[in-house]
Amino acid sequence: MNDSVVIHVEGLTKVFEGPFRAVDNVSFDIQRKEIFGLLGPNGAGKTTTIKMLCTLLKPTSGTALVDDHEIIKNPDGVRRSIGVVFQDPALDDELTARENLDFHARMYSMKGGQRRERIAEVLKLVDLHDRADIIVKKYSSGMKRRLEIARGLMHYPKVLFLDEPTLGLDAQTRRSIWDYVARLNREQNVTVFLTTHYMDEADFLCGRVAIMDHGKLVVVDSPGNLKNSLGSDLVTLECSDPERFAERLRSEDWVENLKIHDSAMIVGTKRSAERIPEVVNIARDIGVRVVSIETRKPTLEDVFLYHTGSEMRDSEPNTADRMKTMHRQYARGMGRRS
Amino acid sequence: MMFINGQAIYVIWLRDVKRFIRARSRLLGNIVQPFFFLSILGFGLSSAIFPGIPSGYRFIDFLTPGIVAMAVLFSSIFSGVSVLWDKQFGFLQEVLVAPVSRLSIVIGRTFGGATTALMQGFVILAIALALGVKVSLIGLATGILFMVLLAFSAVGFGLIVASQMEDFHGFQLIMNLIIFPLFFLSSAIFPIEGLPNWLKAVAFVNPLTYGVDGLRYSLIGFSSIPIWIDLSVLLAFCMVMVSVGSYLFGRSEA
Repeated sequence: MNDSVVIHVEGLTKVFEGPFRAVDNVSFDIQRKEIFGLLGPNGAGKTTTIKMLCTLLKPTSGTALVDDHEIIKNPDGVRRSIGVVFQDPALDDELTARENLDFHARMYSMKGGQRRERIAEVLKLVDLHDRADIIVKKYSSGMKRRLEIARGLMHYPKVLFLDEPTLGLDAQTRRSIWDYVARLNREQNVTVFLTTHYMDEADFLCGRVAIMDHGKLVVVDSPGNLKNSLGSDLVTLECSDPERFAERLRSEDWVENLKIHDSAMIVGTKRSAERIPEVVNIARDIGVRVVSIETRKPTLEDVFLYHTGSEMRDSEPNTADRMKTMHRQYARGMGRRS
Repeated sequence: MMFINGQAIYVIWLRDVKRFIRARSRLLGNIVQPFFFLSILGFGLSSAIFPGIPSGYRFIDFLTPGIVAMAVLFSSIFSGVSVLWDKQFGFLQEVLVAPVSRLSIVIGRTFGGATTALMQGFVILAIALALGVKVSLIGLATGILFMVLLAFSAVGFGLIVASQMEDFHGFQLIMNLIIFPLFFLSSAIFPIEGLPNWLKAVAFVNPLTYGVDGLRYSLIGFSSIPIWIDLSVLLAFCMVMVSVGSYLFGRSEA
């Protein structure tokens, strides 16, 4: 394995009961010290992927190397090299923050002096040092998340896994968690592998993003490249006969790419605002009625739409998901402080 | 992999003990309930005559080892089943993703459960002493041995139950359908000598009978079964429960 690669995934597949492939032949590499994001809607297979890489689930086929340790042959090597912050809170509410960290340190065989030093260090890192001896039950949801991140770093892991790190947190707390993650990635020399279904989170934090849908990896690149690949600008328009109009537009050399989704057509181009009159003229010439037209910069949402042909499905969460989120918020404590 | 990791075992044990001491309401409930059993049943049935209680012993003397066994038993089962709490509140993942063998985790949990169970057993013994029960201090050593074996068996049983369930819904059912009948048929509350033959047969198949009987011999000084049989049966039962419990826990996924 190349020295700069810290995680190498090859053909990773997980089949649960039935024909359903939760993770389907996924391969990618993660570079040392980058922040790598696995982006996809709920149910895309992100958590299953993380659990296999953390050795909590056995893959059906395929393999992965984490810091040179094979996940099936050497799970303990993998476990020593990684820190994990799970999607659901995994703290002992009855213990104080310091006791939670001490528990972790001893589970990772850290010695007395080193243990106490490191506990103080990671608590400082997430600004919880003055609340170290409070029972975790009394923490707010944001504080709990920070404590979990600190715990994940306790044993100097090479890779920190964060599974949906800001799920169920309010906007302000999310921003502060992002800042912590970005800072510890710089200061602690740790590679960060996170999953998220928030486009803005992937965009803000990740050096590279892998988009995942229905268990398959769709595309991997930096958020900037992914967005630029659609054209520097996007023109979105609704019209009466999209098929015919699209065919006509494709012959124009300024059209970098063009896709039709349910009702809208999205055209990637440069300096899109200047193209609007031209588009409208062409439409009139061939007798197509334009209902609406707008231009904007591409987002990761557009990238997702472009590559999967559907929008992120979780815009309207179903009842089960809502219950799950509520349960999570409850479990994390509904406090407002961060 | 270090198969047995002392520090991990210690900290899992420590967590159990800390949680036990901090959960005041549970602590109180666990002590008050056996106290009620001991005092109310002990005095309420004091004038009843049971076959199987030698003369010179009061009913409350007979009852004390049974209630100590009850406290140890219920507390240990709960410790084993509390893996389900950890599962529900996510903490189990933190334990399972650590570079620690499942065996070490089971050992830590078993010792933790046994320690807290023993602490409760001692509280009941102290209450019994205060109520005038004459406990043999010489027999206390073998008494502790029986309590430890009972506790290990029950933690193992709790782990087996926990590994078969996703949440707590089934736990009450198991308590009502398995634990309570076995407990009542263990001679903890009344001697088995007076039972009809078919129930007596059940009592002799019930491993708890041997635990309670051995504990009674140690603490009070009389028993229905020779103590070496008590000890062998309980030891065998304990080994089966702990190994099956560890095996099933080792297979479970987070």
